[in-house]
Amino acid sequence: MEPAPNPLAIAHQHVRFADGTVLDCGVRLPSLEVAYRTYGTLNGERTNAILVCHALTGDQYVAEPHPLTGRPGWWEAVVGPGRPIDTDRFFVICANVLGGCMGSTGPRSVRDDDRGDGTALWGTAFPPVTIGDMVRAQQRLITHLGIHRLFAVVGGSMGGMQALQWAASYPDRVFAAVPVAAAAYHSAQNIAFHEVGRQAIFADPDWQGGRYWQTGRVPARGLAVARMAAHITYLSEQALTRKFGRRQRGAETAGAQSPGEASGEEGAGLGMFDEIFEVESYLRHQGSTFVRRFDANSYLTITRAMDYFDLAQDHDGDLASAFRNARTRFCLVSFSSDWLFPTAESRAVARALNRAGANVSFVEIESDKGHDAFLLDEPGFHRTLAGFLAGCAEHAGLA
Amino acid sequence: MNAPLRGDVRHVAKNMRVDLRLIADMIAPGARVLDIGCGDGTLIAHLFHTKGCDARGIEIDMAEVTRAIAFGLPVMHGDADTDLAHYAADAFDYVVLSRTLQAVEKPHEVLRQMLRISARAVISFPNFGHWMVRWQLLATGRMPMTPTWDKPWYATPNIHPCTIRDFFALCEAEGYVVERWLAADEAGRRSPWRRSPRLANLFGEQGVFLLRRR
Repeated sequence: MEPAPNPLAIAHQHVRFADGTVLDCGVRLPSLEVAYRTYGTLNGERTNAILVCHALTGDQYVAEPHPLTGRPGWWEAVVGPGRPIDTDRFFVICANVLGGCMGSTGPRSVRDDDRGDGTALWGTAFPPVTIGDMVRAQQRLITHLGIHRLFAVVGGSMGGMQALQWAASYPDRVFAAVPVAAAAYHSAQNIAFHEVGRQAIFADPDWQGGRYWQTGRVPARGLAVARMAAHITYLSEQALTRKFGRRQRGAETAGAQSPGEASGEEGAGLGMFDEIFEVESYLRHQGSTFVRRFDANSYLTITRAMDYFDLAQDHDGDLASAFRNARTRFCLVSFSSDWLFPTAESRAVARALNRAGANVSFVEIESDKGHDAFLLDEPGFHRTLAGFLAGCAEHAGLA
Repeated sequence: MNAPLRGDVRHVAKNMRVDLRLIADMIAPGARVLDIGCGDGTLIAHLFHTKGCDARGIEIDMAEVTRAIAFGLPVMHGDADTDLAHYAADAFDYVVLSRTLQAVEKPHEVLRQMLRISARAVISFPNFGHWMVRWQLLATGRMPMTPTWDKPWYATPNIHPCTIRDFFALCEAEGYVVERWLAADEAGRRSPWRRSPRLANLFGEQGVFLLRRR
């Protein structure tokens, strides 16, 4: 496996807040850096800004090639000229989350108060962060950009959690919120899957107690296994069947059907635990490409932030009171085959918003693509998002 | 992608069903309105554009919900039988239930919820007391099939048909005040039997009622 590129060597556009920030856990970060990208033009009244919030392993490169992988932006289907989030009309901002590894303060940042050689990193000493902390950091960025009220906050999965948190924390600063494939809390099942991923990282000897930068050997195997397990949860049984079924690698040329029966050039070399099925090869590829762009300690930190998320708990167990008197217009979107953030979770949020008297749209999009559907080509979702934003623009008086 | 929005909504509103116009006439400008079973949102678009209402919708058919939101209308997927309980009391000035009452599980419970979350309710329903329905059942001994009741008994979603007089009786029993009512034909044209519920019950194809709490 080729070594991961040194992320510290890549310069990300960012703003530094020298006064730092106090986290929900009470720890003070002596300085706060927020890396971000923007697309489109802010209008004179500063009223056309849309904040896009990324998911667990996303980043700020939403609508342009990724600087590490060279691959297209993760939401180019949704953000761009003429797209549902139209950059000809809106000023789009996307920031790397607090705890991330693409330039915002996180486990891979230099620890300011270190008295050693001045280059020690936070690593696993990085304090636990919450979705609320992430949103507070984004709020600093928005204020820094001279924007008082965001026209919209849009995000899928963990990005949807942030959209909900924005509406709860800063109701006067969000005209519209679009949480997609999200929930108001992280379920026991989802925490369980995250724990599998974390344990895979801990079990990798190269993790070295989290101080792997000291030897240059990163816990690539552990992080790849974490990604593989997580990736299964992003898909659906139908999607896996449609894409791979029980197909075996080289089966067409070699006709290999069972181990030991292998014949032909392709099948002959395959051991019992090599990549026999296509779905295995796909997952291994997902794992190995992921470790080239993501930091293991960031993965630990951000999965924990999602696990902690429970918006109702922060409001005496009543989700509706989190949105009491909210003037924000909401649009909740779920996908029929998403079992990680199932429709019932979005419906529960919609009902809580009804109890709070908020203006809420809610639709489940028919799709067999699982949780990942929010990232993929889903015309029904894209029509819904574009129409909702256009309707809100009319209500907001945006020309 | 954004430009056609206003035009589309206006277009929809222009071709609005005539019975929806009768309902819209009963709603005061600027009111907070919830349209239950709003379809593609025609009525709420009309109420927003012509009366400045804060109009929202619930719809059970997901394809209609997608269409409505894509028009920029605030509509959520939901079911009259289960979702009304999740709104706060007096959240609206009017709640509308058009041609849906006969298809819900518990009509009296839905009405109760409507008049809990709203001061007033506008309800329209097809009238099972119409003379053609009565005549067909009497003459043929089989379930009636008319332009209004156009599906065979085994395929109809209308599990709780009622007559205009039945509805008056229910309002009486539940303690709702009938502020206004009228009978209309299938196309939504007003029928002239406004003084006599008995005549309206015989000749009206649908009833439209404006109720409030006592």
